[in-house]
Amino acid sequence: MTPATTKTTKNDRRSDDLSNETLIGWLRDMQLIREFESRTMQAYQQAKIGGFCHIYSGQEACAVGTINSVEKSDPVVTAYRDHGHALARGMSAEACMAEMFGKITGCAKGKGGSMHMFDRPNNLYGGHGIVGAQTPLGAGLAFGARYEWEVLGTGTKKVCLCYLGDGAIDQGAFHEALNLAALYSLPVIYIIENNGYSMGTAIHRHTANADNLIARGKSYGIESIEIDGFDVRNVYDAFKPLADDCRDMQRPGFVDLKTYRYQGHSMSDPQKYRTKDEVADWKSRDPIASLLHHLMNERECISEDAWSTMEDEIKTVVREAVEAAEAAPIPDVDTELASDVYALPMDNLSPSEDYKHGLKNPLM
Amino acid sequence: MANLTLVQAINLALVQEMEADESVVLLGEDVGLNGGVFRVTEGLAQRFGDHRVQNTPLDESGILGAAVGLAIAGMKPVPEIQFEGFLGPAYDQIVNHAARFRNRTRGAITIPMTLRVPVGGGIHAPELHSDSPEAIYTHSPGLKIVMPCTPYDAKGLLISAIRDPDPVIFFEPKRVYRAYREEVPEDEYTIPIGQAKVVSEGDDLTVVTWGASVFQCLEALDGLPEDVSVELIDLRTIDPIDTDTIAASVEKTGRCVVVHEAPMTAGLGAEISARVQERCFLHLQAPVQRVTGFDTIMPYYKLELEYMPDANRIGKGIRECLAY
Ligand SMILES: Cc1ncc(C[n+]2csc(CCOP(=O)(O)OP(=O)(O)O)c2C)c(N)n1
Ligand SMILES: [Mg+2]
Repeated sequence: MTPATTKTTKNDRRSDDLSNETLIGWLRDMQLIREFESRTMQAYQQAKIGGFCHIYSGQEACAVGTINSVEKSDPVVTAYRDHGHALARGMSAEACMAEMFGKITGCAKGKGGSMHMFDRPNNLYGGHGIVGAQTPLGAGLAFGARYEWEVLGTGTKKVCLCYLGDGAIDQGAFHEALNLAALYSLPVIYIIENNGYSMGTAIHRHTANADNLIARGKSYGIESIEIDGFDVRNVYDAFKPLADDCRDMQRPGFVDLKTYRYQGHSMSDPQKYRTKDEVADWKSRDPIASLLHHLMNERECISEDAWSTMEDEIKTVVREAVEAAEAAPIPDVDTELASDVYALPMDNLSPSEDYKHGLKNPLM
Repeated sequence: MANLTLVQAINLALVQEMEADESVVLLGEDVGLNGGVFRVTEGLAQRFGDHRVQNTPLDESGILGAAVGLAIAGMKPVPEIQFEGFLGPAYDQIVNHAARFRNRTRGAITIPMTLRVPVGGGIHAPELHSDSPEAIYTHSPGLKIVMPCTPYDAKGLLISAIRDPDPVIFFEPKRVYRAYREEVPEDEYTIPIGQAKVVSEGDDLTVVTWGASVFQCLEALDGLPEDVSVELIDLRTIDPIDTDTIAASVEKTGRCVVVHEAPMTAGLGAEISARVQERCFLHLQAPVQRVTGFDTIMPYYKLELEYMPDANRIGKGIRECLAY
């Protein structure tokens, strides 16, 4: 895999009409994810985070560019590489970090971990560990939104963003989801964050017709486009019109969003399947560095000083999130092992004799 | 003899069966160059070639369906699913096809497939990566279910599974994968499917368990008073259950505790306790006790060890059963 090159020239970009503040906000969002992930890796290495942990570094422009093309009220659902989407959607760094530390202040009360980020107030519906299983959920969320608007007359027109990896396109569930979305004309956009690998298997070895993923969307009659996902302005330029159309016309979309992950698949990946040069190649056109370059040298709206202040602020936010996660208590065994399984108590849920209700979800 | 971990013993069994029988083929996600998530198939692609160690896309239903097709075509497929939670998308092919082909074709077509799956908790992973679904598959006629917990047993049982004419799910307790080593003969040997093992002999009470829980039970036994003598049975094969070995033991001891990681309700503890009362009713001096996971979803990490039966809870169950 080699990096694609951005072809869009200056001046014909939709993102040129965005304010400096907006773009500086995106820079901050992306840097927050980057810094958050560095601290996540550190905490994982110190055995403060258990289980499996999938790092988003490199892919920041995908979540930030697409989520900022839609409304806060639009539903978002993704797979297990989900910290970036959670932060971009507005989850606090603290709730996200505490979840991975297995602490009660986490977004899933520390009972789900890295792969299970949920934020109902921000309309983030997971964080899912079964690869591909979130894709029919995306169709259902879109169905629900359309029903609300069209039948119940209680909602506005929405569009659902459903993220998946290039590996997930091989799952049967995804093809069922595409068919449903097209058949029922559901406002859901399937965003393939195509980082070129499904765990240790390169895309050309795991999927047929790998250079033409959009053919799959098109075969269901879904408008399908390729986007260079390594440049956030470019993501917005191409994605925003698609998202607007899918919302207006209440129909699905399909995006092959080309990107790259800097780290291994998970924290325990020997990375035998790629070269250091390949990683360096992608890093040389880093999405954060290129946005910073644009803001500093083309728009001239951020100075070296302002940038280093921003970096420091973000470092503080993330450091405080780590400290808060560390200080927070673990879930109480008697109440939390047994709770959140049914609305009402049932037999044999708990190690203690009496059923006790668990704490309320900290985000609700 | 070599001193091997569970992972290495399974790898050795695969090597020997692949050498002995060219119809044995492996398939699964990243089983090739990477050697699988737990590196169980490490070195096999290099040794036998990609055509015998087939890296697949991420498609559990496809993997299992293709394995059934391969088996019909006369091969002996050994598919790997990375974690027990990912059996979900493959469930249809396992239960509705693999398990039923012999019956559906009235003996004309059989499925000599061995599905390898890491299972159980104890490695700090969340749900779907720590579950114990063996009862679900035991409930499906046509499948054999094996779950060895020692390197020695794993090698002998895997060879039996691969040679078995019917589909076998070979569950590998991931908590034990690299936990310890033991002497495993280089020579080929088999352990029959369906035979439990008496790990330690005793007269006062019988503990029946399998998988990683065997080690928790051994720890619990260590903590009992000197004068309590417990017979510990490692089922090794879950389906068919070795009722004879269990019944012979309970007839002697009169008391039985079943230990498993899976939730209690409709778990295998229920099946075993039913068999014990059918066979040993007049010998029983106490109700059969179950020490199991709770009827909740496996929690992440910090609560994981509270969920799984540990030496404390098992010891408590044993003492209660003895005191009844
Ligand atoms: C049903 C299922 N099968 C296998 C896995 C193990 N697994 C987790 S991620 C992954 C690779 C997915 O790759 P991709 O969809 O490209 O996402 P990326 O990791 O690149 O973000 C695999 C095989 C799983 N979680 N669920
Ligand atoms: Mg990928």
